[in-house]
Order: sequence, then C-alpha cells, then structure tokens
Amino acid sequence: MTLTAVIQGIMRRELQLAFRRRAELLNPLLFFLIVVSLFPIGVTPELARLSEMAVGVLWVTALLANLLSLDLLFRSDFDDGSLEQQLMANVPASLLVLVKVVTHWLVTGLPLTLMSPMLSLMLALPSEAIPLLMLTLALGTLTLSLLGGIGAALTVGLRKGGLLLTVLIMPLFVPVIIFGTGAVSAFIDQLPWLGHLALLAAMVTGSLVLAPLVTVLALEIAVED
Amino acid sequence: MAVVLSAERLRCVRDHRCLFSNLSFQVSRGEILHLKGPNGAGKTTLLRGLVGLTTLVEGRIHWFPQDSSDDEKPNEKIWYIAHRPAVTLLQSPLENLRYSLTLHGIALPEADLWQALATVGLLGYEDVPSHQLSAGQQRRVGLARLFLPVEDQISIWVLDEPLTALDVSAVHQLKERILTFAGRGGAVIMTSHHGIDSDAVRSLDLEEAG
Repeated sequence: MTLTAVIQGIMRRELQLAFRRRAELLNPLLFFLIVVSLFPIGVTPELARLSEMAVGVLWVTALLANLLSLDLLFRSDFDDGSLEQQLMANVPASLLVLVKVVTHWLVTGLPLTLMSPMLSLMLALPSEAIPLLMLTLALGTLTLSLLGGIGAALTVGLRKGGLLLTVLIMPLFVPVIIFGTGAVSAFIDQLPWLGHLALLAAMVTGSLVLAPLVTVLALEIAVED
Repeated sequence: MAVVLSAERLRCVRDHRCLFSNLSFQVSRGEILHLKGPNGAGKTTLLRGLVGLTTLVEGRIHWFPQDSSDDEKPNEKIWYIAHRPAVTLLQSPLENLRYSLTLHGIALPEADLWQALATVGLLGYEDVPSHQLSAGQQRRVGLARLFLPVEDQISIWVLDEPLTALDVSAVHQLKERILTFAGRGGAVIMTSHHGIDSDAVRSLDLEEAG
C-alpha cells in the first residue's frame, strides 16, 4: 500500500466519523450564528457603529466556536484505544496528526469561513472587505486548529480537560487574532494591509510544520499511562 | 529458532513500588510467551513497554536482534491487541478492520476481510455500527484482525488479555488460532488468566521473576 493510499484511508475514516457526529459538529456553527446575530440586537442596531466592530466580533466568535470543537479532535480515539494503534502505525505519527487536524478544519473552520459573508452583512461590514475577511478567517481557523490540536493532545488524558484546554491555548491564539483582524481593519481604513496578511500566512506555514510534531509528543505523553 | 525479541534487565517502578526488576527473557519464532501474575503485577505495563507505548519500563528491549539493519521498525510487524480494544463504536466491524489494516499499510482483498469477520461470527453484523453490538461482539471486532491472512507481514502478536469477555467456543477458537499462528513460525506474547496448553507455550511469572 502506498503512503498516499494510507493517507486517503485515514482521511476517509476521519470524514466518515465527522459525518456520523454531525450533530456535535453543528454546535460551533450554531454558536457562531447565534452570537453574531445577538450583537445587533443586544448592542446597537446602528449600522455605523456595528460596522466598526464587525471584524472583531466575527473573528472573536469564530475563534471561540473553533475552541468549542477542539476537544473532539482526539477524545474518542483516546477513549476506545484507537489512538495507541495510530501512534504505532506504519505512517509517521505527525503526518497522521496533520491529516486529522486538516480534516477537523474542513468540517469546522471551512464552514465557519463560508458562513462569514452572510453574517458580515448582519454587522454591516463593507462588502468589498468580505473576500479578505474570508481569506483571513480561512487561514486563521486553520492555524487555530493546528495550535489547538497541541492543547487537545495535552489535555486528552485528563477526565475534565475542558477549562485547562482553553487556558493553555488562549495565549497562542492572541497573535493570530491580532493579525487576522489587523489585516481586515487596515483594508477597510485604506491602510497597507499586506504585511498583516503575510504575518498571518507565516503563522499558518509555521504551525503546519511544527504543530503536528509537538502534538505527537503531547499524545505520546497522554497514552503513556 | 530465530530470536525475535530479546529483553534484558527490565525494570519497572510505578508509584514508588517496584513491579519487577532484573527481568530478562527471549522470544523466538514459533514460541508463545505467557505472562502470568496477579492483578497489578505489571503485565499490561510490560506489554506496553515492549511495543514502545510507555517509557515506564526501563532496560534493553531489542526486537529482531539478528536482523542487521538497525533501523528496523518493529511495530509494522506487530498486531497489538490492547486492553482497550481499539474498536471505533461509530464504525462498522468491516470499517474497523479495514482501518487497522490501513494503519499497517497492508492492502488485502475484501474477501479476506469478510472471511475474517465470518470466522469470528460477525457475518451479518459487518455493516452494523459497532455500538449496537454486545460487549463480547465488540471484543471480537478487535480480535478479527488476528484471523486475517497476513502472516507474511505480521510475525508477532502482542495480546493483552485477549480471552476476556469471550464465550467458551470463542475462547477455544482463539486458542487454536494462537497455536496455529505459532506453528507457522509466528511469535506470541500474551497475558491471560486462562491457561493455554501446548509445547510451544512458555510461562513467565512476573511475581516470581520480580
């Protein structure tokens, strides 16, 4: 069996499991929808003021929605013992983790990104900023899934790891949110925005390379006992 | 017979208790090593140490000592049946079986998978989500791996209590299968509170050895 075939097989299983757990995966999307639509109701219906905070609200909510789904990443595999088999597998464990995380992004981050144009209308975000918003959200949520995978792996061995996961991962999310919102805000204010975007892209690339390696180390500690 | 595993001066200390120390043994092809000992003697920990899942076991573990290549990856030649059966409840027995083969990078014709499921008595359940099966049937999903014709790729079985939750005929069937596998040159390291009788079986009592 070639490596490609193995990776395809692993990805197929992850997507299949995601489809069978679709109710749990719907949670982050509903959260995103509900929180964003509460802002015009709860804060102000004035379009001018809404449009000022639109980028921030969309980004923060997307980040929190992503956080909600992170615990699913390794939990069930850890509980039924599949994780041990995956770490013993013939493919490099970091590659396997990368496949898992990318699949996680395909079923959480990508749908969040695709939902964002509809919700940005509700917050009166200038429509010319929507493509950039989607691009930054796509890159941002992928980084969040990759970094969040480290936290999920560190806490998977704990019975109640939920809060700890949030505390561990939040500091890592801060730079992502700064440059993500920075790019879109700068674009709206007609300032140079490419630098922010470049830094965000650098973060994605960096975490694509490094996060799986760290995640594997964390998983090895988790199955140790 | 060719030695497939040599373990020297193994030692395991857990929660300030010494489970075993100065434990040395060898396993050759065609041999069944039956680890014995009361609950908490460190049998599971030893097995996990052998397959590299824990670092609690100190000492020298050398798989395939006679193979000259040092970068030999032992795990691709091992079926490890753990305490937790690695059966994904949201997937059917057939999907579970296919996935464990995928992780080992082995491609087999569908018919062989069906044959293995039929042998463990899961024919008719192959497309049912595993969470709808009984505890014993779920164990069988995990054990179906052992009935696949992959002796060429997998030459070692590491089995942690493979006989729990099985009925009398399934226990008999699995014991037969273990003996056949050893007879064809496979090596088995297992823990079990059931006895297994054959000339190929060698017992190692962790309590006495420790």
